[in-house]
Amino acid sequence: MSLEQFISNAISPWMKDPGPDDDIVMSTRIRLARNLEDYPFPSSTSQEAARALYKHVYEQLSRTSNEKVGKLIWLPMDGLSKIEKTVLVEKHLTSPQLAEESEQGAVVLNNDETISMMVNEEDHLRIQCLSPGFQLSEGYEAADELDDWIESHVTYAFDEKKGYLTSCPTNVGTGMRASVMMHLPALVTTQQLNRILPAVSQLGFVVRGIYGEGSEARGNLFQISNQMTLGKSEEDIIEELRGVVLQLIERERNTRRELLKHNQLQLSDQVHRSYGILANSRIIESKEAANHLSTLRLGIDLDLIRGIEGNILNELMVLIQPAFLQQFAEQGLTADGRDERRATLIRERLKLETIQDGGGET
Amino acid sequence: MQCQECNQRQATLHFTKIVNAKKTEMHLCEMCAKEKGDEFAGSNSYSIHDLLSGLLNVDPSTGSGEGYSQQVGQAYTLQCPKCSMHYKDFINNSRFGCSYCYEAFSAKLDPILKRVHGGNHTHTGKIPKRQGGRLKLKREISSLKTKMQTHIDREEFEHAAEVRDKIRELQEAKEKEEGL
Ligand SMILES: [Zn+2]
Ligand SMILES: [Zn+2]
Repeated sequence: MSLEQFISNAISPWMKDPGPDDDIVMSTRIRLARNLEDYPFPSSTSQEAARALYKHVYEQLSRTSNEKVGKLIWLPMDGLSKIEKTVLVEKHLTSPQLAEESEQGAVVLNNDETISMMVNEEDHLRIQCLSPGFQLSEGYEAADELDDWIESHVTYAFDEKKGYLTSCPTNVGTGMRASVMMHLPALVTTQQLNRILPAVSQLGFVVRGIYGEGSEARGNLFQISNQMTLGKSEEDIIEELRGVVLQLIERERNTRRELLKHNQLQLSDQVHRSYGILANSRIIESKEAANHLSTLRLGIDLDLIRGIEGNILNELMVLIQPAFLQQFAEQGLTADGRDERRATLIRERLKLETIQDGGGET
Repeated sequence: MQCQECNQRQATLHFTKIVNAKKTEMHLCEMCAKEKGDEFAGSNSYSIHDLLSGLLNVDPSTGSGEGYSQQVGQAYTLQCPKCSMHYKDFINNSRFGCSYCYEAFSAKLDPILKRVHGGNHTHTGKIPKRQGGRLKLKREISSLKTKMQTHIDREEFEHAAEVRDKIRELQEAKEKEEGL
């Protein structure tokens, strides 16, 4: 298989599309937790009860299809190899928990992998919609649509006062977790994020450095999501999250402009050095790779370097994870072996592009 | 939630570390997170609910003060009639056994939910379409009743009468739905 083929199989189709504000927001995710009436929750259930739930859901949903939802592919966990499962985890289409522990679990996917559903994870059903860039309302609409269609076939556990009943009390109510993945290199470099993040969490949002440590999250990637699911409508949750994200976008953009204005040469130097390291390394650790990819992506956004696709950060961040590296290598790898493969993969990937010096946006 | 390293500052950063499919959660303040540095590489998980499970181990209605053990003693006898889960198992796992547990533990639940959901304990969001027709009407009626009371308080009796008629209409529709 050629590298291009490998990449196009490995990356979810939706990741290749541009999205609104995707200079800063990498992706948006909406997740809904749902359970069916009269079946025990998966976390406490027996294999037989879990199988019965799976069978019921499969029978109800696989027979019919919905125009807007499209055709769904069912992937039962017990039919997948270990590597295939890990790839699903690294693509965020399933959780490690489902991949590792469940024999009665499944992942249900649509064509472009924007819509997915886990069966028998912590809740009976976990509906998920992924979209490129900043698309909270669009993501919710799609999730809502799928939710309505599912609910027309099965009976949800729902209570007037408590809303959608979930296995964990932190999800009850709307069962909704809305998340936005942001690339915030300028706010990190100027150490503004240290002051912003506590305020964001005080407003009831959870901030996670996805690859990372502390305020220097790996690759400068941060995920912001709602903490509360009860007592607020889906629309309110989305509006509040949108407000916070818009403020972060504006600050990040302003700071990038300031950096460019006062330090264009230094910035351009950093971007090209990062490119040099990524394009020439023979061994590279994931942390180093992530940080240089972040700098390179900033350079692309600021037009300091040209000829490299903007989604290279999203793409390579996915590809440099262990299971993809092993798939790429077509064998199991040690940590050292992975560092070597990672360097090779990134080098090869960058060869597909023809870079030029950019002009900057001054 | 407090930082699990220093137990002093508010934890603002939450990490999930996955090594050989073993998942560990970390909740840290910024300062401790910085010091920790490299320790949590390769995190990529998505779920956030675990970070609050620690809260459940304290009975929020009493704190840890006097009368605590007595209250806990009572609570511990609660059991779900459907899945047989005991309240103490729920507290230990922070997971319900089935949807009927909500009803079985309801005496203890609201303070916990309030604590987890910023003071809220009542759902105001989406209602499932198929089973929700009746619920929707009920919710609409109750919000109209509040509206009617506001009009009465302001002595806007004409408006109040309009709202009252609307309530009657919906009540009839609701009775019809229930009759089905
Ligand atoms: Zn601390
Ligand atoms: Zn139960």
